[in-house]
Amino acid sequence: MATTTARQKVGWGTANVVAILLALIPVLWIVSLSFKTPTAITDPSFFPSQWTWSNYSGILTSSEFIRPLINSIGIGLISTFIAVVLASMAAYAVARLAFPGKGVLIGVSLLIAMFPFIALATPLFNIERILGLFDTWPGLIIPYVATGLPLGIYTLSAFFREIPWELEKAAKVDGATPAQAFLRVIAPLAAPGMVTTAILVFLFCWNEFLLAITLTSTTRARTAPAAMAFFTGNSAFAVPTGTITAAAVVITIPIIIFVLFFQRRIVAGLTSGAVKG
Amino acid sequence: MTTTTPPATVQEPLARGRRRKPRLSEGARAERRLGWLLCAPAVIVMIAVTAYPIGYAIYLSFQRYILSAPQLTKFVGLSNYGAVLSSPFWWHALLVTVVITLVSVAVELVLGMLLALLMFRTIFGRGTVRTTMLIPYGIVTIVAAFGWEYAWTPSTGYLSALFNNSAPLTNTWKAIAIIIIAEIWKTTPFMALLLMAGLSLVPEDLLKAAKVDGATAWQRFWRIMVPLMKPAILVALLFRTLDAFRIFDNIFILTSGANNTSSVSMLNYDNLFTGFNFGIGSAMSVLILICVAIIAVIFIRGFGTAAPGTDIRR
Repeated sequence: MATTTARQKVGWGTANVVAILLALIPVLWIVSLSFKTPTAITDPSFFPSQWTWSNYSGILTSSEFIRPLINSIGIGLISTFIAVVLASMAAYAVARLAFPGKGVLIGVSLLIAMFPFIALATPLFNIERILGLFDTWPGLIIPYVATGLPLGIYTLSAFFREIPWELEKAAKVDGATPAQAFLRVIAPLAAPGMVTTAILVFLFCWNEFLLAITLTSTTRARTAPAAMAFFTGNSAFAVPTGTITAAAVVITIPIIIFVLFFQRRIVAGLTSGAVKG
Repeated sequence: MTTTTPPATVQEPLARGRRRKPRLSEGARAERRLGWLLCAPAVIVMIAVTAYPIGYAIYLSFQRYILSAPQLTKFVGLSNYGAVLSSPFWWHALLVTVVITLVSVAVELVLGMLLALLMFRTIFGRGTVRTTMLIPYGIVTIVAAFGWEYAWTPSTGYLSALFNNSAPLTNTWKAIAIIIIAEIWKTTPFMALLLMAGLSLVPEDLLKAAKVDGATAWQRFWRIMVPLMKPAILVALLFRTLDAFRIFDNIFILTSGANNTSSVSMLNYDNLFTGFNFGIGSAMSVLILICVAIIAVIFIRGFGTAAPGTDIRR
């Protein structure tokens, strides 16, 4: 290892600090806004001149926010679960079995991932209205599963390709059917990849906005981001800056902690899908 | 009835392009069936939610169909497309979308590359940098958008105060600049991650050898790293460009498309959910889809991006 000069250290260190600051400042701004009193909001300083917890107490007791939060969590978890299960099955087939149409599947699923969602929102709105799925949990879960599947299949097939296949052959030699080989031998090895995929898919569902606002209209099924966009303030004239930012912090901080905790997995998941071989 | 076949044809995963004449063993047939069976649920869901609605959208686009007056629904052929393509709103939105896409992708490529280099090769604090960089990725897009909106609003925001209490969000091109900044902040880390994957493929020894031969950092970057990273760069560009073209969340929050800052997605949303005009909305959706397809084709044919799926070797 070459010795690093002090100048190099300072150089990289500065770059680190700049990058970190640029990443964090907008986030800190939102947190700071959430603590500002309504009068302090009109004061454009970065840190609040007057602190209050009332924004938080307000939204945490409001059903306008709690219900959407529950919707987000529930819809996110269910969609993630279904998507990961289906994607695992497909990814296993792609990574391990020989059948025609494999490349087509991957190609098509990536095309779906690249779809402009607005093109889907139009017909889905009408279809769900007619089917009575509009503004319901399944009404969001089904599209989320469908749009999360490409991400899941792509990531999982990349992970599954890394698994040593000799183990599966050994299991088959010992008499296991492909199904048994999957459950007993491959699944434990695939578990980290599946966890990573689940995290990525959940983040996608949590973040999703366009379909959430077009396919829901009341707190019956509206997710947190969609609800936030339509928050009204305490009075008709108050811009609900404090409420919105407090809501923003509440839905973001857990995700950030989640992301930080699983940082290594997420990086591995995002990068393994892009690297071939 | 089983045919005896030599062990060599018991299926190893086929190489692409070689089709064996059907003398498949039962094991191979079972494998195929299982393969299709395992893929079936995923495929069914994906097709049901995308192919069918797209077909429905195409059908709707040929109708005049306004939700508030359903009795007036009738087949109008291509007149919806004519209306959209002759509307200055559509072309302006397309211009805005293309500008946002080009600028943000270009900047993100540069910044993403710098960030990738930082995340990969920084001497200390690597974990901290990588972790912090994931925060823009993990944050809900509209949360960040709200942050930017409040920052740029006069008398509320620190950024607005920095610029003499101006209101840039009310000016078309300044607002677009802000939208681009918001996009860049949010997705550069993602770009950096994709690029970092490509970076990790560059053999360390090659770089060391070049250094020994006297190559400067600049030369090492352009002569060795970039060419070896080319596939990763192209894939990252393809993903990001298609993503950027679909921009919606940031615009919805920052300006709601006011002052001519709508992207095509935003315009489509307005027509659909404010005007409830399904005919026009569907026509727009189909046009947007065509644009996205064109972009994908340009990348795959023109730049030689590895088409997804062609690099599955087994």
